[in-house]
Amino acid sequence: MAELNMIQAVNLAMREALADDESVVILGQDVGVDGGIFRATIDLIEEFGEERVIDTPLAESGIIGMSVGMAVNGLKPVAEMQFSGFAYQAFHQIENHVARFRWRTSGRFTMPIVIRMPYGAGVRALEHHSESREAYWAHTPGLKVVIPSGPRKARALLAASIKDPDPVIFYEPKALYRSFKEEVPDEPETLVIGKAEVVRAGEDITMIAYGAMLPRTMEAAERLEKDGVKAEVIDLMTVSPLDEETIITSVKKTGRVLVVHEAARSFGPGAEICARINDKALFYLEAPVNRVAGYDIHPPYFAREHHYLPSVARIVDEARETLSI
Amino acid sequence: MSRRVAAQIDDIEYLSILDETGKVDKDLEPDIPEDILLNMYQAMLFGRRFDERMLKLQRQGRIGTFAPIKGQEAAQIGSAFHLRKTDWLIPSFREAAAQIWRGATPQDIWLFAAGYNEGVNIPEGAHDLPLCVPVGTQLLHAAGIAYGIKYRKEDGIAMCFHGDGATSEGDFHEGVNFAAVYGLPVVFICQNNHWAISLPLSKQTRSETIAQKAVAYGIPGIQVDGNDILAVWAATKEAVERARTELCPTLIECVTYRMEVHTTADDPTRYREEDEVAPWRKRDPIDRFETYLKKKGLLDDKAIKDLNDAYQEQLLKAWDDTEKRIHELDSADPLSIFDDLYEESPPHLEEQKAYFKNRLQKEAHNG
Repeated sequence: MAELNMIQAVNLAMREALADDESVVILGQDVGVDGGIFRATIDLIEEFGEERVIDTPLAESGIIGMSVGMAVNGLKPVAEMQFSGFAYQAFHQIENHVARFRWRTSGRFTMPIVIRMPYGAGVRALEHHSESREAYWAHTPGLKVVIPSGPRKARALLAASIKDPDPVIFYEPKALYRSFKEEVPDEPETLVIGKAEVVRAGEDITMIAYGAMLPRTMEAAERLEKDGVKAEVIDLMTVSPLDEETIITSVKKTGRVLVVHEAARSFGPGAEICARINDKALFYLEAPVNRVAGYDIHPPYFAREHHYLPSVARIVDEARETLSI
Repeated sequence: MSRRVAAQIDDIEYLSILDETGKVDKDLEPDIPEDILLNMYQAMLFGRRFDERMLKLQRQGRIGTFAPIKGQEAAQIGSAFHLRKTDWLIPSFREAAAQIWRGATPQDIWLFAAGYNEGVNIPEGAHDLPLCVPVGTQLLHAAGIAYGIKYRKEDGIAMCFHGDGATSEGDFHEGVNFAAVYGLPVVFICQNNHWAISLPLSKQTRSETIAQKAVAYGIPGIQVDGNDILAVWAATKEAVERARTELCPTLIECVTYRMEVHTTADDPTRYREEDEVAPWRKRDPIDRFETYLKKKGLLDDKAIKDLNDAYQEQLLKAWDDTEKRIHELDSADPLSIFDDLYEESPPHLEEQKAYFKNRLQKEAHNG
């Protein structure tokens, strides 16, 4: 067991994948000699060489377009977008090709690609460095969207994403990169993509979160406990495809739901979760499904970004609202 | 049927007038009025002092990440100096010297760097875009602006800055191509500072020069010593005239060097050796221009000291002003985070704003 932060855990998953499977390659801007601007790929070029840990020219679309070709020809690219805010320069390659190749070729060519990108606010960064736009990717058929909430899960989910036969957008909450450490097992570990986890059991309310909002939601649950509220917390881990079963089972038990995400409220994952609950568990609800989300604005420059991010206090208050207490 | 030369490609010129020792090529020396020479020197010096102060502010934790300009002052001032008020400046994110020359204030730049949207404060009538973080995207904006100039038959041009890294982006190709196809009055200034974060120029492109990329688009391209203010000035003068009178874009490659970090979040010791940086210290654009101006009798050590003293004082005051402004903004309510999304704010956004206001009161109440 080693105590790792999330960035080290991400690095470990890639190192294991490179060692385990010769078809895995890493590519992106500054991923080689520099070890990645967040150090996610540190020391990988030394260990696996520049043919497998590839510093690319500055071109996001180029990185993803190359990945498509690599995947067609039997490689398993793990591509890095330096920030999710720059991934839009590769949007057309992702939407037009990564998400469609299997379908377009009737399964002849598949896209076992992982596109890693740091997302989210709270690190005093520049414009385009703080957004949480997972809904773009989750809205695209053919893509999977995975978002870890801690080091151990990051390692296991990234390992699973690289093994997955389909393209995965691996959205890394950069606010959590170095915020805490966790024990990560020495032996390889994977989690099932498309499966959520009940990380805290309770019967009064279901709180659903993922990524950087999970620790805040857990803290809110602890605070609610002091008032005698037993909150169940689900760590979604995969935003698409959604684990309906885990959600619905919990909702049937608690009858009250609060979804927490930092992505903007309108058309965000919370809206889809709400719709699924309406479909499958409407008559179990004792209150409308509630959402705590980012406002429908661009994250303000960093002096005011804390106003954008859902706070623990806001999560607690909205949970109380849902509980009518 | 034949196999013949399909196109004759002109040689790509390299222009250097003032070498690193401060020696000037008399045949190439442009005839620049003395007051303009001094103005350019002052703008470069102020840019350097501003940049140094900004780095200190960042290291003290008073402002956030930014991209230093050290070493690129000649490339920015020698080019932007040709712009009239009515011309457009389209920067990337490493052009503080050019932006200040155009009228941006240190106060605003620092306010922006301290994380306040109010720092982007473009006065009505100013033809300056804010800095552009997504690499290379601004080249197309320059083409669009220039299309407007041409369409309305205005007497203006657009000057667009970008770096060597941007030349790998698709938007670089599209921007230069559109400008060429439509015959637009754009001057593209490539500040080739040899590094895109950790990627050296040699891994960015196999082209011997960036200037030669212009040939593929059917427009003129020239490479200049980007640390030589006279060369940058002379090449840009030609390009600006060509844009104004012939509606023809030009690509100018200013060969310079990123003396500092990419941004303050970067650690260059991971990927470049001091041996590589050292020769560029001797090629400093300000040092050689000082030598030149001293030889011309336009500058002496006392004048340089006086300027430096004045700038230091000006910058101290600018930070004081910035802090005051930060204090004012922190004291005001932050409802402005809902501003400027639309001309008319839709109902759901107004509802969220009211909710936010309510939460502010609640959280203030709960301490």
